[in-house]
Amino acid sequence: MRLAESFRVAFAALRSNRLRSALTMVGVVIGVAAVIILVAIGSGAKQEVESQIEGLGSNLILVVPGRVQFGSAPTASRLQLSDATLLGRVVGDQRRVTVSVASGEVVRMGSSQAFANVVGTNENLPNVFNRPLDRGRYLSAADVDTRRRVAVLGASVAGRLFGDIDPIGRQFSIAGVRFRVVGVYDGVGSAFGINRDEEVHIPVTAQQRLLGIQTVDGFGVKAATTSAINDLQGRLVSALEDRYPGEEFSAVTQTQILGTVGRFLGMLTFVLAAIAAISLLVGGVGVSNIMLVSVRERTAEIGLRKALGARQRDVLLQFLIEAVLLTTFGGLTGIAIGAAASWAIGTYSPVPTVIAWWSPVLAAGVSAAVGVFFGVAPARRAGRLDPVVALRAE
Amino acid sequence: MTGYDTATDVVAVEAVEVSRTYRGDGVDVLALRGVSMRVHAGEYVAIVGPSGSGKSTLMHLLGCLDRPTTGRLLMGGRDTASMSDGELARLRNRTVGFVFQSFQLLSRTSALDNVALPLVYRGVGRAERHGRAEAALHAVGLGHRIGHRPSQLSGGEQQRVAIARALVAEPSVLLADEPTGNLDTRNGAEVMRLLDQLNVERDVAVILVTHEPDIAAHARRVLSVRDGLIERDEANASPVRPRRVEPVGTEFGHDGPGEEELR
Repeated sequence: MRLAESFRVAFAALRSNRLRSALTMVGVVIGVAAVIILVAIGSGAKQEVESQIEGLGSNLILVVPGRVQFGSAPTASRLQLSDATLLGRVVGDQRRVTVSVASGEVVRMGSSQAFANVVGTNENLPNVFNRPLDRGRYLSAADVDTRRRVAVLGASVAGRLFGDIDPIGRQFSIAGVRFRVVGVYDGVGSAFGINRDEEVHIPVTAQQRLLGIQTVDGFGVKAATTSAINDLQGRLVSALEDRYPGEEFSAVTQTQILGTVGRFLGMLTFVLAAIAAISLLVGGVGVSNIMLVSVRERTAEIGLRKALGARQRDVLLQFLIEAVLLTTFGGLTGIAIGAAASWAIGTYSPVPTVIAWWSPVLAAGVSAAVGVFFGVAPARRAGRLDPVVALRAE
Repeated sequence: MTGYDTATDVVAVEAVEVSRTYRGDGVDVLALRGVSMRVHAGEYVAIVGPSGSGKSTLMHLLGCLDRPTTGRLLMGGRDTASMSDGELARLRNRTVGFVFQSFQLLSRTSALDNVALPLVYRGVGRAERHGRAEAALHAVGLGHRIGHRPSQLSGGEQQRVAIARALVAEPSVLLADEPTGNLDTRNGAEVMRLLDQLNVERDVAVILVTHEPDIAAHARRVLSVRDGLIERDEANASPVRPRRVEPVGTEFGHDGPGEEELR
């Protein structure tokens, strides 16, 4: 029998039992749709975070005390503001070193208040990080030198404190101390639970006064070129370790952060997909079950086909193709539903989704494979039926 | 050996001391106990016997649906014992035609596709298949029922579709297992007329399996089976022919009578 003929026969068999075929496919449809949706959510989260990290700026190196490990608490810092000068000499350009002292504080304006991530920094911040202004100006060297109580607000802090009013030149308070707004940043979104739009940037000197400390948390350094990053990383760390003997420092790049985050989110996506795949497996068992019923129901037909010259492999192939058609149609339907649902989630909910090109391809392949895997046993049973016994069945 | 003088010496199917044992739950049932017989090309043979006599088992062996436990079965001179599943399937497809008591048509399939089914397994292309199936349906007088499904046909018509399906494969042996068992007298007579005609005009060896003496009377030779053995093997000097033979087309390939004409 020709293969095209086998397809025709299998297709006709499925069509003649529409409701049962449809119900059998539902299991596969749900399984595949679940895989597509969950992978889309996982990929969406990964892409969102990656774009945030990449959006920080290019050729970035973060210098912090201790060892940087994902999820571990930061090491208490002994770094001084003057270390910025040391790092500037290593880099060869003082303007490419910025500093950070962060603390969570309550900010107030009249009756409005918000909890903001207050970051003490210097005039070099826009040279290092990609942080466009919406209005006003950045912090200046003079602000830092004279410990001026001025601030640049993140987009959502500005909105929450001032609403529709232009905040430039207006006063507000950080932990009870008055500051004047000189600039407002563009909205940049959040990464990893850190919402950069809820930041308030003030001169690092003012922040140290506010907190009563002499130390800084760490430095941000921008390498001149991508190829300079590796070399610079080592020299920055050893410069600090020379100054603070016996202590450890880390210089991490965006690529390293991306690697860590990517591994974590990749794993998350994989786990989500694996959970969804279980339902696909259950769908496959359903297909197997229905195929067994179908073989039993059509025993007389199988007997007749054998009497008329069908070989074992003709019958086996017919039933196998039936199973594969079932799961493939189910898979394609599941892909369509999963893709539509992923799109809807990405569009109408805050959860970002990305349909990776490989996930529909994989889902289609896997559902066809499920058909083969779960169809083989029933199809073999059909192929091996004794024609005499089969013909007697009515 | 048969005591019957055939027109030709070509042996279509031959059983040599075949036995067939069915293994049940710890009990072996000996359905055939060493049967030897020979059917020549173009012969018309009836196998008769009460139920449980082994006549169905014998038919299954002759039709290559089953293999003997011992003994040899030769189809066109070739021993089937050593044949693979694929070779047996090929024999069933090309050499043997079946007509069953319960018609065995695919219910959701048109008469045309039912008739074309053996050609599917022969790898014949769709267009040729349909052409030959249509000719076969015309030959059994169902040229006007090509697109009908079995449920839209009477019992007699269904059995005629089954006969068309058997003859489309141009077999050398046609096995008919109680072909009139599910039919009333008139339809039964029509089916028998077709089988008689097939035997005469196409030189197909017809083997009838029946327990009805007046059906067996159509054959020119009657084998009586009892308790797994051939009890008698007799020639029938005056085989019955249906009263109305004349309205049928003179040879296969021409359109036979429609149902209305038969009434």
